[in-house]
Amino acid sequence: MTSILTPGAAAPDEFPASTSIVVENVTKTFSLRYHRTFKQVTVAKMRGEKTKDDFQAVDDVSFTVEQGESIGLMGLNGSGKSTLLTLINGTMKPDEGRVLTRGRIAGLIATSAGFHPQLSGRENVFLNAAVFGLTEEETKDRFDDIAEFANIGKHMESAVGNYSSGMSSRLGFAIAINVDCDIFLADELLAVGDRPFKRKCIEKMEEVRDSGRTLFYVSHAAGSVRKMCNRVLILEEGRLVFDGDVDEGIEYLQYDSDGDDDEREDEELGADI
Amino acid sequence: MSQAPAPEKPAVTSPELEELEAAAAAFGEDDVSPEARAARKAARKVRQRLEIRAERERRAYLDPNRPLVQAPLVPPAATQGLLEVFRRRYLLKLLVRREVNARYSGSFLGLLWSYINPASQFLIYYFLHVLLLGRHATPNFAVHVFCGLVVVHFFTETFNAGTRSIVRNKSLVRKVAVPKEMFPVASMLVSLFHVGPQLLILFGLILIEGFNPDPFVPLALLLGLGIIMCLGTALALIFSVANVYFRDFQSVVSILTNLVRFSVPMIYPYSLVPERFGPAAQYYLWNPLASAVLLVQRAIWYPATGDEQKDALKELPHRLIELGTIMLLLSIVTLFFAQWLFRRLEDRIPERLN
Repeated sequence: MTSILTPGAAAPDEFPASTSIVVENVTKTFSLRYHRTFKQVTVAKMRGEKTKDDFQAVDDVSFTVEQGESIGLMGLNGSGKSTLLTLINGTMKPDEGRVLTRGRIAGLIATSAGFHPQLSGRENVFLNAAVFGLTEEETKDRFDDIAEFANIGKHMESAVGNYSSGMSSRLGFAIAINVDCDIFLADELLAVGDRPFKRKCIEKMEEVRDSGRTLFYVSHAAGSVRKMCNRVLILEEGRLVFDGDVDEGIEYLQYDSDGDDDEREDEELGADI
Repeated sequence: MSQAPAPEKPAVTSPELEELEAAAAAFGEDDVSPEARAARKAARKVRQRLEIRAERERRAYLDPNRPLVQAPLVPPAATQGLLEVFRRRYLLKLLVRREVNARYSGSFLGLLWSYINPASQFLIYYFLHVLLLGRHATPNFAVHVFCGLVVVHFFTETFNAGTRSIVRNKSLVRKVAVPKEMFPVASMLVSLFHVGPQLLILFGLILIEGFNPDPFVPLALLLGLGIIMCLGTALALIFSVANVYFRDFQSVVSILTNLVRFSVPMIYPYSLVPERFGPAAQYYLWNPLASAVLLVQRAIWYPATGDEQKDALKELPHRLIELGTIMLLLSIVTLFFAQWLFRRLEDRIPERLN
């Protein structure tokens, strides 16, 4: 059954009410175009070279996530983690299969999206929050939390274009992390930011996780996945090759083989993508 | 279910841990030999692992009675196109405001430029056509030109900015699931916002010169602007997607918009068209932009021609309001078609933006 208002919505009894994310036989194919201009394409065609090539970034992936689970998505670079995340986020649509989500999605995947360098920090907060789907009132309610979290003081009123890269990403994180969401996606976590800020983010993430929201966390850091997640998904060349226990997953990836780096990992939480 | 973080570390034990801790204890606390350090480290590591694991297992328990989100399970990318844009009008408002504010940010005169710009254009046309070329044949020619200018500007701004809108907002389009129709629509509204000051200047002028309004003034004005709003949005939708696939389209659009000002009765009077082209002139009115210009002229220029209103009437086609209504309906149909086309092409936008 398909509702008129939301095409593709799940039928009422198709999944239990506790389901948060459904990914069903999802495939996403990208075409690589080697040449873009008319001249280049013509020359390549005459030489009999390929002008484009398809590859499957995500290949027949299926899993469901319960509300309140925290999932660690792991895999080597280029294994399709970010693509899968954008499919769950709804930025991209799968070529085959379907993705269903319940409730508002936010997260560190879209930090600073739509920031305008000529607008003040305050104006950008409202804009960025609206992008996540917050209303004006909701943003006003959260503004103080956001300002406190970003901790950029009087710079809030000056143009974002004058911010240092650390400041603007702090502001981005502060907004993303203070959005009331039901599904929280975290990618490229804390690539910038000083240590106290990183620690603050980790604490906030743990708070998000413990509040019963669904957490989707992309990371290479075994240590932080161990702490943050209770289930691991591993992608290899677009295919889901592991879905289960955290320790077994990390063992599967053999990220552990060199032994004693837990403490080091803990310090490097997430600064790794 | 919201759980308080565990205050103390969970008690853990395992045969392996006991063995290792016993081995570490055998060295004694003060032993700083490498073997003793290694043994302590091994024991500490295993203990840490077990603690994290226990903590995780405690968390992994999902209370079947936990409060659940009362939202339907839907595809995250599902949008209803232009309807969705309307539903998220708060975001639309902010996007429009962002563009409007950003345009004049850092300038001292700010929004005043929205008035200075059209006013200077008016003066140029006035100088050129009335004082220099002396086109006295058309009554109140300066206002005639300016009416056309308002419409042409509105259209070309919408078309140009709309075509670039998705590419320009790629940071948003690639990261967030906002309805992509938002950006062309916002471009149209930004352009519409700048029509306001122009109309104000225009009305100010004709109020000084003498304005003789009639009931058709608001109707013709709304029809004229409505045509441009719908048609401009429709073209912006189509070309904004096309521009994602090939940036050539923005160049095509700037050429097209150059043609626009000559395809409408702005710097020449409408009566010139049948005069020069004879029967072929009827096709001239098939151009919705020409109708829009004529409608705005009907609304603002015609009542401002004073004693020469009889002459002015010759410059307007018969049944202009009916023509305008048909054109508006056609523009709305075009908008629906554009939306349909947009939906078919939009899925691959994020991956083609790079």
